[in-house]
Amino acid sequence: MKYALFLGCTVPVRGMNYEIAARKVAERIGLHLVDVDEFTCCGFPVKAVDVETSFLMAARNLALAENRGLDICTLCSACTSTLTEVNKVLKEDEELREIINEKLGNIRYNGNIEVKHFSRILYEDLGICELKNFIVEPLEGFRFAPHYGCHYLKPSEVYEEFDNPEAPVSLDELIMVTGAESVDYTTLKNCCGGGILGIDENVALKMSAKKLMELKDKGIDGLISICPFCSIMYEGNQKKIEKMENAEIGIPVFYYPQILGLALGIPPDELGFKLNRVKPKAFLEKLGA
Amino acid sequence: MAISLTKLDPNFKFQVASTPGGENITRCFACGTCSAGCPVREIDERYNPRKIIHMVLLGMKDEVLKSDFIWLCTSCYTCSERCPQDVGITDLMTALKNIAVQEGYVHPSYIEQIKALSSFDGLYEIADFDNKKREKFGLPKIQRKGEVLKEIMDRTGISRLAGGEK
Repeated sequence: MKYALFLGCTVPVRGMNYEIAARKVAERIGLHLVDVDEFTCCGFPVKAVDVETSFLMAARNLALAENRGLDICTLCSACTSTLTEVNKVLKEDEELREIINEKLGNIRYNGNIEVKHFSRILYEDLGICELKNFIVEPLEGFRFAPHYGCHYLKPSEVYEEFDNPEAPVSLDELIMVTGAESVDYTTLKNCCGGGILGIDENVALKMSAKKLMELKDKGIDGLISICPFCSIMYEGNQKKIEKMENAEIGIPVFYYPQILGLALGIPPDELGFKLNRVKPKAFLEKLGA
Repeated sequence: MAISLTKLDPNFKFQVASTPGGENITRCFACGTCSAGCPVREIDERYNPRKIIHMVLLGMKDEVLKSDFIWLCTSCYTCSERCPQDVGITDLMTALKNIAVQEGYVHPSYIEQIKALSSFDGLYEIADFDNKKREKFGLPKIQRKGEVLKEIMDRTGISRLAGGEK
């Protein structure tokens, strides 16, 4: 397994714990991640302004990976959906591909690579059964709530139906393989609201609050995120949400590779827990770390 | 809000239908599945996808393009997944935003994002401070020059929105 690691904008600055843990986990399971210095933003932020510009940005990133003969591994779900969608469209529409390539000028994309989210690579390329063989420190007695987020599975037509967005299971299974319990809850599929944080903060925070307010009484050890923007909403903004709702929430939010890393036997101090904004003191104590 | 017949633009729906993402707007039979499942609508009544689609079909161009509500879509795709007519509502909302930008209405938060992308090739600057922190945690240094995306945005003309070229 060899992929170009696409970090995107948010992970390398505001989600370093995600990156640290993902790289450590990759090393353990034999997933070779290659850094490509020339990658830029995926193109997602300008889609609302001009779809063509976002296509050009995405296509350039796809071409950089293709030139190295590599598929792309993403960590951010917004990057995943943008790159996956543009990849699918450009593979299927040769005419559009030529137009985009002409506009790109100095680089061209021929439609020969795949784009996959880190979690999807674990779930599909490696598989739950194989992943199980790597578990040495099962997280027995821990209860986590999965947060799939939106763009990891939607729009479903670009994801070859590797999971069902209306009744998803992949992240639940990835949590269960660590030995922990995956907790079901009513607001499982809720959107974090991150997409409109810059448009209307109040509405965005109220969207995140719905999930956190349900989960605060569920006795969970943490909410499991696979997208840096979802984490910003549920973790970075949790204090604001507590104030808005006049409630104590105090739910740690972990990136999936952080808890998988523990189960793989990687020491907690190598998995970036220091960078978690809602301090996971009780969790680390329970772990015996 | 009373509808003024003289202000309706009967061609607006065709303009939307010829914009990438808006192709299937005329398929809508107003069932309301989109609004029923919309997580933004649940919080704020200003955002109502069925109403927006109907306004477009009626030709209420100015009201749609000048409004705040088209910017409130989080693009979660819940409506798109459930729409029985495959209207592709999330992409339709993107098309409406793209048309609004062409007609001179752009939400200020996007201007800030374009400025950041022009300067850093990403939404955030990766400053020396960040690279030092990365190094401390054993992560490789990242150096983005901030030239690539500016050139792309100059070429497509969206740099002008941030006061850049064109």
